[in-house]
Amino acid sequence: MKLLIIASILLVVVLVGGFAALRRLYPDSKAVAWLAESKTRPILFVPLALFLLIGGFAAYKLSNPGDTFIRSRLIGKELPAFTLPEALPNRLPVRRADFGRGEPRMINIFASWCVPCIAEAPQLMELARRGIPIDAVAIRDRPEDIARFLGQWGDPYRNIGADRDASLQLAIGSSGVPETYIVDGGGIIRYQHIGAINPSDMTRLTEEFEKARR
Amino acid sequence: MRPGRIIAAALALAIAAPAAADSLLPPAEWANKQLPDPRQEAQARDLMEEVRCLVCQGQSVADSDADMASDMRSHIRRRIAEGETPAQIRAWLVERYGNWVTYAPPVDGMTWPLFVAPVILLGGGLWLARGRFRRRKKM
Repeated sequence: MKLLIIASILLVVVLVGGFAALRRLYPDSKAVAWLAESKTRPILFVPLALFLLIGGFAAYKLSNPGDTFIRSRLIGKELPAFTLPEALPNRLPVRRADFGRGEPRMINIFASWCVPCIAEAPQLMELARRGIPIDAVAIRDRPEDIARFLGQWGDPYRNIGADRDASLQLAIGSSGVPETYIVDGGGIIRYQHIGAINPSDMTRLTEEFEKARR
Repeated sequence: MRPGRIIAAALALAIAAPAAADSLLPPAEWANKQLPDPRQEAQARDLMEEVRCLVCQGQSVADSDADMASDMRSHIRRRIAEGETPAQIRAWLVERYGNWVTYAPPVDGMTWPLFVAPVILLGGGLWLARGRFRRRKKM
């Protein structure tokens, strides 16, 4: 909106200035004289101004499309009820009942078939090393693939739940893998990180986790 | 290039693991299977054509082949089969993803100009045209 106002002001300045320049440059021109004398003069500029305004806005949006992430609307709201069966035979299931017991926890949505999940693995290991409890939600995955993935890239998780049909993913407003949620000690979703956790995201994530502690 | 090399390269390509990030699990139960009740299937179909795919962002979940769209189709069909109405499921999705998730956004504080602008423009056009016709009559 602010941009639109600035653009309109600039447009008016350019048009008025341009017209003044035309009059000075071509004092003998019939067209300029007609424009200057015509009764409909201001109205003549309206379509052009509108065109430039809309065209300018479109050009701006084409060159700066902004981020296209679809953020969850459940941030600040309670984590919905769910129970995911354990994804591996030797692990515990991920249940709603484990959240909101006074301590914040992270939920990492991942999959063995997800390439960016490999990129964020070292960062998750570091978060786990700092003592942050991370529960995993394995999307559309097979136990043998999950075991192989964790063997290869490290296992930072407390519990690992299997979400075979993305039902929990839909229930918490997640739109892809990987994503990481922070749930506070009262069971309220506080933060959603979309995409892989890069080393540059670590400060923000630990800060948000500390905030959820309070 | 020698034929041996070409065969070796073709073989290497054939056995190379695809880099595409897709699940190895078969699609969810109702992803590509119609509901037995045709009335329910029609309801589910209408909703699937209106719900936007979250990972492909330009298609409805009915049109998309993405894993997540399959899961969303299965999710919609399952809930319709369980007796929920399309409106309830749509509201549930909007609660989680916002109006973004539907191709039929409701009229609200943000979207009303979309619905009002055509009426105003059409009215303005008619008014302008009316003025023109009048003037011509006088002559």
